[in-house]
Amino acid sequence: MTSTTDQVANFADLAATTLLRFATAGSVDDGKSTLVGRLLHDSKSVLTDQMEAVEAVSAQRGQEAPDLALLTDGLRAEREQGITIDVAYRYFATARRRFILADTPGHVQYTRNMVTGASTADLAVVLVDARNGVIEQTRRHAAVAALLRVPHVVLAVNKMDLVGYQESVFAAIAEEFTAYASDLGVPEITAIPISALAGDNVVDASANMDWYGGPTVLEHLETVPVSHDLTACPARFPVQYVIRPQSAEHPDYRGYAGQIASGVLRVGEAVTVLPSGRTSVIEGIDALGESVDIAWAPQSVTLRLKDDIDISRGDLIAPSANAPATTQDVEATVCHVADQPLAVGARVLIKHTTRTVKAIVKEIPSRLTLDDLSQHPNPGQLVANDIGRVVVRTAEPLALDAYADSRRTGSFLLIDPADGTTLAAGMAGESFASQAETTVQADEEGWDF
Amino acid sequence: MTTTVAHVHDETDAPYALSHLDALESEAVHIFREVAGEFEKPVILFSGGKDSIVMLHLALKAFAPAPVPFTLLHVDTGHNFPEVLEYRDRTVEKHGLRLHVASVQEYIDAGKLRERPDGTRNPLQTVPLTEAIQSLKFDAVFGGGRRDEEKARAKERVFSLRDEFSQWDPRRQRPELWQLYNGRHAPGEHVRVFPLSNWTELDVWQYIAREGIELPEIYFAHEREVFLRNGMWLTAGEWGGAKESETPETRLIRYRTVGDMSCTGAVDSDATTLDAVIAEIAVSRLTERGATRADDKMSEAAMEDRKREGYF
Repeated sequence: MTSTTDQVANFADLAATTLLRFATAGSVDDGKSTLVGRLLHDSKSVLTDQMEAVEAVSAQRGQEAPDLALLTDGLRAEREQGITIDVAYRYFATARRRFILADTPGHVQYTRNMVTGASTADLAVVLVDARNGVIEQTRRHAAVAALLRVPHVVLAVNKMDLVGYQESVFAAIAEEFTAYASDLGVPEITAIPISALAGDNVVDASANMDWYGGPTVLEHLETVPVSHDLTACPARFPVQYVIRPQSAEHPDYRGYAGQIASGVLRVGEAVTVLPSGRTSVIEGIDALGESVDIAWAPQSVTLRLKDDIDISRGDLIAPSANAPATTQDVEATVCHVADQPLAVGARVLIKHTTRTVKAIVKEIPSRLTLDDLSQHPNPGQLVANDIGRVVVRTAEPLALDAYADSRRTGSFLLIDPADGTTLAAGMAGESFASQAETTVQADEEGWDF
Repeated sequence: MTTTVAHVHDETDAPYALSHLDALESEAVHIFREVAGEFEKPVILFSGGKDSIVMLHLALKAFAPAPVPFTLLHVDTGHNFPEVLEYRDRTVEKHGLRLHVASVQEYIDAGKLRERPDGTRNPLQTVPLTEAIQSLKFDAVFGGGRRDEEKARAKERVFSLRDEFSQWDPRRQRPELWQLYNGRHAPGEHVRVFPLSNWTELDVWQYIAREGIELPEIYFAHEREVFLRNGMWLTAGEWGGAKESETPETRLIRYRTVGDMSCTGAVDSDATTLDAVIAEIAVSRLTERGATRADDKMSEAAMEDRKREGYF
């Protein structure tokens, strides 16, 4: 209908911006809703009809100023109770970047909600009340960010207006948090003094804190690097679906469709298919309509191999030179996300990349207390929001990486086969929750994903 | 061998980066392929509106050069724009697809649904939709819902489990971790799948422009006889028209959403090209639904209430 060739140039700048996924964490009274509302409002991401709706409801309730928390609390029960029940996703954009914000509730079910938000986040904002400093909840949030290996953490020291905008208050909190989070292995921490209510250092630089020379929250979100050097990671390609048109036009086409989980794949590369161990060479890469010589994570592509070998959904294609080992004994840190407990001896399903297999929980060696990072040996079971170590025996071999090496091929779900409930979020390999004596070992290897 | 490195843009000049649109496209394709790999009988809800058109385009790319392994389902309110129905049928024909139609009119004629006093048929779609899912035994139903559309939709999962009554319970949703979607369900239950969850209205338009996707003409500015009701410009049709107190006039308008004619309003616009539409959306201070959908204005939680009942 409409020719698009000459229009592409006009909005190429917008389409070319990158995407940052981030999560917010903070307890109920830290002002998280106000910060989110302020970010949306001051970055002009709230449209007139949304703001009018908020103003109308606030006025109806007798509130003097529009309650910015109403911008994010979307459900009847949330608005009635004034609390956030579940993770919500918000979208906003500036000229420099697009954002997906996982707005996670800070109350009782904190751990599973924050794990959900953090699992796909490039960055986590941990909010602290300047009057209270680093509290238990702050340490819990830092620990979850470290476990989930969120690459960037922002400590937002809020309510600076209530401590006279004193540099010494901010510096003490920033120092304590940075020391704690670095010990857990958080690779990059940025501390920013803010007042979400007054708007200091959220979108606009504060006139009240001359002593602070760093970025505002939004400036940092706009400039933090999100593209990781994926060439450093070995390529992983979980096969999702086999494409076989069997049509007159494509009688012999057999393509393996999937999303590259990590690394780079090239035509001509020798590959191994797991768990079978069969080998072949990449003959072609179809990147959603065009033939390419090279593709990288997280592109969705279709691979064609030189040899007709038996490959199906759930298999993993990896470079022969750097293929993962397969195992039927999985050791991992899990966060339990269901209301029903997970006990030793439980028969479960494990969903890893595109493969779902039967498994049995052999052992629960320890349960972690996030508040003080202490380990409780052999708890017998895990209940909602517990984090613990598990040993699982699987019915078929899995090509599992350590979560430390790859968030995508090192993560899995445990599922209740009876009703399909997602029981636990698993992170394969070692973590600071593995052993009590390793709790405060910084990760020397760096973070590759 | 061709050497093409497509759509690489990054302000940091990193060697391996994906543009925003490529990242969204890649994610949506991954979701389509997951469903194809794990479900027995998926269906795409296809209304001929821009979101479902983008969904179909992504599905075509995801499985090329093989055909899309899904059928389509349209819930026809009986009050659709004729241009959109024409587009729908032409598209189905062009791609050799199979279309199921669930008809609100048939339900009314059979006495199974009653016309509302306000004449709006959007809320009436839920019953034909859920009955079609049950009788045709669909186990995965793709919808074009986006989280940026509405505050209740912001809470929606990509894979959203529905019980045998198609009900959505926002308090009992499965946590959705990493890109590991859990589609397990009991017989009779099904999963609603939203591949465009992370897209915004502007993303959809930019993608349409980049991919050169054809749209029904009502999305572009044209002169049309409309009348004002509850602050919205409506087009008369088989569903009804202006009352005595309402005066039809010819205006230059376009539609931002395509739905039931009785509750989908037009906006004043001179945007006749994709470029102009994108420029208009980029500076608009009204949300898509706030500007043009009467059904969302019925109460503060209208969308949530309809979703709970099984609406998409």
